[in-house]
Amino acid sequence: MGNKGIKSSRRKFVKKTAAIAGTLVASSLIEPFKLLVYATEEPKDEGPWWGVGIDISKCIGCGLCAKSCKIENNVPEDPFFFRSWVEQYTVYNDGTVKVVSPNGGIDGFNQEEDKENIFKTFFVPKMCNQCAKSPCTQVCPVGATFETPEGITLVDSEHCIGCSYCVQACPYGCRYIHPESIVADKCTLCYHRLTKGIAPACMEVCPTGARIYGNLRDPESELVKYMKNNSYQVLKPNLNTGSKLYYNALSAEVI
Amino acid sequence: MLSQVEGYIYPNEIALQWGILIVLYPYITGLVAGAFIMASLERVFNVTVLKPTYELALLTALAFLICAPLPLISHLGHPGRAYEIMITPNKGSAMAIFGFVYLWYLMVVLLLEIWFDYRRDFVIWSREKTGLMKWVYRVLTLGMSDISPAALKWDIKLGNIITVVGIPSAFLLHGYVGFIFGSIKANPWWSTVMMPVIFLFSAMVSGIALVMLLYMIVSYLRKVKIDMPCLDTIGKFLFYALIIDFSLESLDQIHRIYEAEESFDILHMLVSGKLYITLFGMQILFGMVIPMIGLGILQVAKIKENIRKIILLITGILVLNGIFFMRWNVVIGGQLFSKSFHGFTSFKLGLIGTEGLFMAIAWLLLPFAVLAFLLWLMPPWKKMNSE
Amino acid sequence: MPEQLKRLFPLFAIFIIIFLIIRHLLIPDTFGLYGHYRGDALKDNANIELVYASKEACIECHSDIREMLEMDEHSDISCLSCHGPGLEHVENPETANIEKPGSREFCGRCHAINPARSTNMIIQVDIKEHHAEKKDCIDCHNPHQVWEIKE
Ligand code: HEC
Ligand code: HEC
Ligand code: HEC
Ligand code: HEC
Repeated sequence: MGNKGIKSSRRKFVKKTAAIAGTLVASSLIEPFKLLVYATEEPKDEGPWWGVGIDISKCIGCGLCAKSCKIENNVPEDPFFFRSWVEQYTVYNDGTVKVVSPNGGIDGFNQEEDKENIFKTFFVPKMCNQCAKSPCTQVCPVGATFETPEGITLVDSEHCIGCSYCVQACPYGCRYIHPESIVADKCTLCYHRLTKGIAPACMEVCPTGARIYGNLRDPESELVKYMKNNSYQVLKPNLNTGSKLYYNALSAEVI
Repeated sequence: MLSQVEGYIYPNEIALQWGILIVLYPYITGLVAGAFIMASLERVFNVTVLKPTYELALLTALAFLICAPLPLISHLGHPGRAYEIMITPNKGSAMAIFGFVYLWYLMVVLLLEIWFDYRRDFVIWSREKTGLMKWVYRVLTLGMSDISPAALKWDIKLGNIITVVGIPSAFLLHGYVGFIFGSIKANPWWSTVMMPVIFLFSAMVSGIALVMLLYMIVSYLRKVKIDMPCLDTIGKFLFYALIIDFSLESLDQIHRIYEAEESFDILHMLVSGKLYITLFGMQILFGMVIPMIGLGILQVAKIKENIRKIILLITGILVLNGIFFMRWNVVIGGQLFSKSFHGFTSFKLGLIGTEGLFMAIAWLLLPFAVLAFLLWLMPPWKKMNSE
Repeated sequence: MPEQLKRLFPLFAIFIIIFLIIRHLLIPDTFGLYGHYRGDALKDNANIELVYASKEACIECHSDIREMLEMDEHSDISCLSCHGPGLEHVENPETANIEKPGSREFCGRCHAINPARSTNMIIQVDIKEHHAEKKDCIDCHNPHQVWEIKE
């Protein structure tokens, strides 16, 4: 009696598991894994969904991106306000890491000849990660910073109250309070250029093609091809910000 | 300005976004929540020895609550746009809920509880007084001058309901302030689930200490004898609250040390460097350990009344100071290190200006002025039931 | 219902109604059109004035240089990288209102020796030592035709 009961319940269990496993397999066939950026939220709109790629192996650290950004976007000249900047990482043979960013790299980097002690060194351009799950828009109390349907995080300078909460929430240090308008300010991926079909200033001036931008929804776009061909990585992936800034050749020292 | 940087920080991180005004905000809000919980203790749990401090605690909570948003608003880049927090609140933002939690707490909890508690006295005072004050009290009764036993019974009943609603509201008010910091995943010094709980218990500690001190000061100024059983009980509660607060904060730090995540090294450098004095000295040693020892002795040893008073007075001051530095360490400490985990910036407190020390002191004194006014308008000691 | 509540309820109701009216009056027109933000903010951001011209803008008038550059090692570099924003010049070309940096420092931005620069990407020279007999790089190299060395 009892035995039978166990058996039939076991059979039931097996059947159930098979059914569950079956649906799992089936549904995973129907819905293949999405790119990192789509991990939780699939954008519903048509239209472009912008992302950025930066190829560290191509960057020569000329700093023209940082310079053009300041000029294009009326960013204050003082070295405390940047929408885009370039860092130089130097790993020495003894394991220490030195990071510098003299004036955000705007004036370029110094000539350096000493190669003896250097284990490796490289430039890392930084800018807003245009996160799909932005920590900054999440915390804005009044809806003055938001993600556009094109996947760009913007600030509404008419509506911003200047509480700085978004500056605190950005893990990448990409926001600042503009000293003149006293509202939050950040990289817009040159929204005013993109909407006119013109490349962002930093992309325009990059001499080596280290920076690219593209439509993540378009399988033929330059960015998607770049992502296909390179082992890209985002910054601070543990924070699950849905960053859409994909670095190639990103080294573990970079944070 | 660049000279204040050690190591590498992101270029936008040199200036601190939140200064001393934002240190004051959780401090003052904490005092509100603490004072209110103190009052509720008496009412809900029927701790009758605390009766002499009941109204005082309520009025303290009200005075500080009225002042709580002021430093916050004055810190905004556009204070004139502060109303937008109520008009277009972003549901996902902890800060946006502030307006509503604040209004709820002010209108539904504190004002109502005080009104139910004082209504009979307003009616009586409006009959006794003449001239302008008569009208002030009459307005305060909201035109309800019935003080028959049946009506008074309702006052008590409704007041009890409000208190019961009020305790979770007080928890919400300050737990939520902790959440403002605790929910910032970008900042490892803030981002911990313990933050709201720690804020809550430190709020209770500071609120109890404040009411205790105020009770001593008010009694001294009125030249009446301090009710020692009451004072001792407050001391006892302060002791318990301190122990819980201390354990929670230790737990949080032990957890941090044991897990030793990627941010551990920079935080270690932070607490053993820039925060050394304010954290280990002001907050832990003077703000917790010494008060705990002092209060602990009071719990076990029999000590003369005068010395008890002095010990309580000193611990009260130390605790208030310690909790202030706890807020300081959270708010300022969390911004001293770079989110790149590669360096530090530094913070210099200016003396003048809207973000300066004098302004901060003014903001801190304001609630006491408001409290003095409230005590004059509705003195607890002139209430019918008080002796 | 006790008398107290009869007083309080209308007061709260009035308060809430006033709040709702004020909210209705103050909320920006296009708020919530596309999401929890002011819809016009998109337009505001899109209407910001450009400062940098687009790459293609120069070809129209300087096709000679474009062709010259196309054959050159510098072919991948945009005119704007060296000449700066340029929009002002595009709109008003008659005046000399555009940068023409050819100093050792400027060329050194890209060509100065730095171990972080990949030699695959860029040939580096010691900008202090390399042919120090002439002051600027463009005294020898034509920036648009780098191997055309002036003597
Ligand atoms: C509308 C036509 C036009 C366009 C578009 C144009 N230019 Fe010119 N540019 C001219 C003319 C005409 C001159 C000659 C002015 C002079 O000799 O003073 C000139 C001169 C120059 C000079 C030399 C100035 C000097 O001081 O000698 C430079 C450099 C230059 N252009 C760069 C550019 C760049 C870069 C662009 C693209 C952003 C561009 N131009 C777009 C018409 C144009
Ligand atoms: C590598 C940097 C660089 C790039 C890229 C570059 N230029 Fe130049 N250009 C210069 C410099 C430097 C001069 C000044 C030369 C001189 O004074 O001898 C110059 C001069 C000029 C002049 C003045 C006339 C002349 O021939 O001296 C024109 C016009 C001009 N550039 C147009 C262009 C255009 C159009 C492009 C893009 C197709 C372009 N340049 C790309 C560096 C550059
Ligand atoms: C914005 C960066 C940039 C600037 C500024 C720049 N160059 Fe170049 N240059 C390059 C790149 C990229 C190449 C191509 C290297 C390659 O393809 O291997 C190059 C190639 C060259 C070459 C040819 C090297 C070879 O491959 O044989 C010479 C010579 C040269 N540049 C000289 C100059 C001079 C002179 C200036 C200053 C007027 C200058 N460059 C400014 C980026 C720059
Ligand atoms: C006196 C003229 C003169 C000056 C000034 C000059 N160069 Fe050259 N450059 C040359 C000649 C000639 C060559 C051919 C190879 C050589 O002699 O090194 C050359 C070669 C180069 C090369 C290719 C090197 C290689 O290994 O293939 C680069 C890159 C270069 N120059 C950049 C610059 C830069 C950047 C400046 C300014 C700092 C500059 N030059 C200044 C004359 C000059």
